Amino acid sequence: MKITKDEVLHVAKLARLKLNEQEAEALTKDMENIIGFANKLNELETEGVVPTAHAIPMSNAFREDVVKPSYDHDEMLKNAPSSDGEGYTVPKVVE
Amino acid sequence: MKYETVIGLEVHAELKTDTKIYCGCKNEFGGDPNTHTCPICTGMPGTLPVLNKKVVDFAIKAGLAMNCSITQYSKQDRKNYFYPDLPKAYQISQFDLPLCQNGYVDIMVNGESKRIGITRIHIEEDAGKMVHDDYANVSVADYNRCGVPLIEIVSEPDLRSPEEAHIFLETLKSILEYTEVSDCKMQEGSLRCDVNVSLRPEGQEAFGTRCEMKNINSFRAAVRSMEFEQNRQREVLEAGGVIEQQTRRWDDVKGESVVMRTKEDAHDYRYFPEPDLLPIIISDEWIEEIKKSIPELPEQRRLRYIKEYGLPEYDALILTSSKKTADFFDATVDLGATPKAASNWIMGDIAKITNDKEIEAGDIPFTPAHLCALISLIEKGTISNSAAKKVLDAMFENPEDPAKIVEKLGLAQVSDEGALMQMIQDVLEQNPQSIVDYKAGKDRALGFLVGQIMKNSRGKANPQIINKLLKEALDQA
Repeated sequence: MKITKDEVLHVAKLARLKLNEQEAEALTKDMENIIGFANKLNELETEGVVPTAHAIPMSNAFREDVVKPSYDHDEMLKNAPSSDGEGYTVPKVVE
Repeated sequence: MKYETVIGLEVHAELKTDTKIYCGCKNEFGGDPNTHTCPICTGMPGTLPVLNKKVVDFAIKAGLAMNCSITQYSKQDRKNYFYPDLPKAYQISQFDLPLCQNGYVDIMVNGESKRIGITRIHIEEDAGKMVHDDYANVSVADYNRCGVPLIEIVSEPDLRSPEEAHIFLETLKSILEYTEVSDCKMQEGSLRCDVNVSLRPEGQEAFGTRCEMKNINSFRAAVRSMEFEQNRQREVLEAGGVIEQQTRRWDDVKGESVVMRTKEDAHDYRYFPEPDLLPIIISDEWIEEIKKSIPELPEQRRLRYIKEYGLPEYDALILTSSKKTADFFDATVDLGATPKAASNWIMGDIAKITNDKEIEAGDIPFTPAHLCALISLIEKGTISNSAAKKVLDAMFENPEDPAKIVEKLGLAQVSDEGALMQMIQDVLEQNPQSIVDYKAGKDRALGFLVGQIMKNSRGKANPQIINKLLKEALDQA
């Protein structure tokens, strides 16, 4: 499976990763190996096999709709790289 | 060339749970910024979301009310995108196995029923709220809404005009209200929609290229944006142009939409199965249990009003569009009020006052018993229709027994025949010419005499009894 550098750069862009030329080259090779390895699965006969939604054979882990105390406002904002005291501030974004 | 408009909608409804979808933080509108948050809903590394069972219950309930089949093996997926209202940088949603699929909703268009397909209903989490500060040139994120449970309802492109789409939206809203899965408060953003509009030459089967409109905050804005888009596309097509697939942002103040992104820079969401959450398996018993909790829906109720109470189609439609209005009507009728009279009051004078005062149907200050008593006062002839309107105004100011209001305001009609006869005699003595005119066959004389009596009684004489007694008196004169 051939992976181009453009594909790597596209995926990097989607993940907001900045790659230099060397990294891009190296990752192109890595990705080719990884995809190639995963492609081995295509050799198997999977007709009639339901796609796996989850690796663990468990289901229905629920919680009841009961309120628990939220975290303290100031405590939460301690993790904010930037704050105006009430909310998390970021460079102005308007989509 | 004539063009046909094709519309499909995506409606997001916030669910009326007590807590968020994956954590125990309060699901509550308002509140100081970032006071309903925790490491889970702000996406801190190492946290584990756990699905609120009520969210699944509510989604199934909405799905059954919209005639969907329930996906008995369902899962959740990650939708990846970067925007500061989404601290995890992905939204947990559902991709290929939504909880509900292949349903429909019947809407009434110009007195005729039309079936609109529901493609799917899935569960997902809401994002936070951004406030843009022009002065400081920053955006501020409040994550109280982050993780509030939503259902997204996707319709088939079965709608053919903005008006139809509006009726569909109102119908969806009333179903969500009836099933009590969402409080549908538009002004608080608990019901939002994106619209997809395309045009095709009349008679052509294949759909045209569609444009999606975002940032629509009211049904009125939805209708305006669809009208704008349908006109914009028609102009492009008539000028020989081609419609480009776009996402557009509606600006309600300017009354126009502008391009937000084109097909080339459409988001690549890279959905994949959510590894932190397990599949949802829904048993037949679970579905049956929820089926039992579904109340009478607007359409069934509308048909019952027509059949049981003999109400006109129009009355039944208006009364049942809001659950609270319909509940008020039912309670009034159950207490013994004549259905048509109750309907006239609720759709007429009461609706006018609640609209003027911007009161929600659920917040009418008096009780159905008060309305029932008011109707009975009119039917017994204790008060006239015009006096009843005054009593109603007073009931909105100070809700108490209408009989008391009638007494306080001195609005009771005089129905005592002796007292009325005395008034008639007085007026006849003062107007001998009218007696002559009446005998000569002039009907106007009768009207004049009734008017005089009503005037002398300051509007309190019972006009029906006056009419009857006056005729008798004239015939004997």
